[in-house]
Amino acid sequence: MNTRSYDIVIIGSGAGGGAVAQELSSLCREAGLRIAVLEKGPKLRDEEFTGGELEMSRAIYEDGGGFLTADGAMTLAFGSAYGGSTVVYTGTSLLPPPRVIEHWNVPGLAHEEITRRAQKFIQQNNVHLLEEPLINDNNRLFVEGCRKLGWRAEQFPVNVKGCRGSSLCNLGCPNQAKQGTNRVQLPRAEQNGVEVVTRCEVLRIAGKSVVARVTEKSADGKGEPSSWPSGDHRINAKAIVLSAGAIHSPALLLRSGFERALPRLGHGFTSHPAFILVAEHPRPITNFVGHPKSFYLDQFAASDRFILETCMYFPFVTAKSLAGFGPEHSSFLRAFPRLQMILVLACDHIDEHNRVTIDSAGRPVVHYRCTPQVAQSLVSGAVASAKIFFAAGASRVHLPVAPSPTLTAADAARLDALAADCRFVPGKTAVSAAHLQGGCGMGRSPQDSVTDSRGRVHGHPGLFVADASLFPNSVEINPYLTIMALADRVAETIREEWQALQ
Amino acid sequence: MAAPLTSLEPVFPVLRAFVSTIVPEATILDEERWVELRRLIDLALRDRPASLRRRVRLALHFIQWLPLLRYARPFTALDPARRARFLSFLENSPLQTVRSGFFGLRTLALLGYYGQPQAAAEIGYAATARGWDALR
Repeated sequence: MNTRSYDIVIIGSGAGGGAVAQELSSLCREAGLRIAVLEKGPKLRDEEFTGGELEMSRAIYEDGGGFLTADGAMTLAFGSAYGGSTVVYTGTSLLPPPRVIEHWNVPGLAHEEITRRAQKFIQQNNVHLLEEPLINDNNRLFVEGCRKLGWRAEQFPVNVKGCRGSSLCNLGCPNQAKQGTNRVQLPRAEQNGVEVVTRCEVLRIAGKSVVARVTEKSADGKGEPSSWPSGDHRINAKAIVLSAGAIHSPALLLRSGFERALPRLGHGFTSHPAFILVAEHPRPITNFVGHPKSFYLDQFAASDRFILETCMYFPFVTAKSLAGFGPEHSSFLRAFPRLQMILVLACDHIDEHNRVTIDSAGRPVVHYRCTPQVAQSLVSGAVASAKIFFAAGASRVHLPVAPSPTLTAADAARLDALAADCRFVPGKTAVSAAHLQGGCGMGRSPQDSVTDSRGRVHGHPGLFVADASLFPNSVEINPYLTIMALADRVAETIREEWQALQ
Repeated sequence: MAAPLTSLEPVFPVLRAFVSTIVPEATILDEERWVELRRLIDLALRDRPASLRRRVRLALHFIQWLPLLRYARPFTALDPARRARFLSFLENSPLQTVRSGFFGLRTLALLGYYGQPQAAAEIGYAATARGWDALR
């Protein structure tokens, strides 16, 4: 086994790891520190972002985008690449509502501080509202439908620069317009002397070192080879920052034997379970051209616990999202240029069943069941979406929770009555989640949490967490700005305590 | 085009009947497209745990032989309407394990079919890196 020594090792390069790497990187120049970021996924060259659905999913998502919960009923989508999930999100950049941070009740963590820290990343990552001419029909129709219903659609700030409207954000922007950590924070960190090692999976943490395995690039795979030789490496470090995301961060601590001292490890997992709804318009609309996610509706988040977002997916994901099979299913796919799509997200909360564990081989296992409240949120969100579709002029709507999924305009007037017959059936309706949170939650003590309010793992000086696993409960919006703000806080803590950590 | 991989070789006739029921347009695919469909499904399964590949094969055996109880014929010998009725029975099973198993196979079938660029083009999907410029 190769042995290497660094001052700080950061595990993961997404919103959390990328932000920490950048914030600490000046220490390389100022104090001569050695900092390494260990990233499990590959670093792709710009020309390798082709927009091919299966090809890109295999290259930059964990399990090709098909990571399943233990019961197989929900797909969890998260990135595995230089930049983590910031490579595969749509760049939507929201701040959490004050009520969410108040409900988190983390000592010393105020909404004002998250807002203040997030401002830095809003500037760095070019977060802004897309100009009106760049909004496509799929998004306009959502706004129009909401307006006719008297609902207030809001525009997403997005972190793009030079967006050409490929609509391929979720497959990694082929024009490198999306300003994730792969475009902003990681290159800056590397310029300052941080070393980013790709294809490097951390197997376990052992005291002040980590054991990691570097894998060779496969013959048919994308991306650059790792800068380290393949094989196992022991990396000694004075500080270790865990930023591997809400599944891999708790799983890594579990297989490193931390669960006895930290009984809440892996608990508190939430995910914003979501499904994709589709409607057909009588005429072609611009849908697979233009930014896919420009508007959202959150006025029902507090009362009915759902959020609606515009979206546009690819043929396979769309086919999977439609209920049923056969000619009726095909007929929606064959109407692709006329399809409008809405994503329904349920604002789930902590449930004791829902958590991350590991199997006998140490691989993460996610246990998740939709509570009756979440099921109701998904149904309510689906019915609200159907109203928007019809108000926007759709000729038929695919409602997977309805007894008969295809609704025509004649059904528009009886949607409220129909809602009583709608059921969310786990294992039948395609549910996925991309806002994975919790598992190493912040709190006061090992009895109620894994870390304190500044990401320090209870009872383990020098070990920090800086990613969405810190969230003590659902953030109820797209999470990446909150992750970066918390990561900034963790980085500041490491700086302040650096002398003591040595 | 790459040669087909082999993890589903023994159950390919069942897979072919299953895919053709899920996506009726698959019945008119030429052999080259079927080879590609199998390649995509094999690729999707290649890096997953061996236990998952075993479960997929087991599920296809289950689909092939369970209809004997109701129709006295295996799945591949059923007419399209009976195949669809049988799969609908699985999709709506009161047992979540059965529903999830069916959903997993259905996902593979849709991946194999709609994951092909030709299929995407046939349904009018034409996203490119050029985005708005492609319309001008």
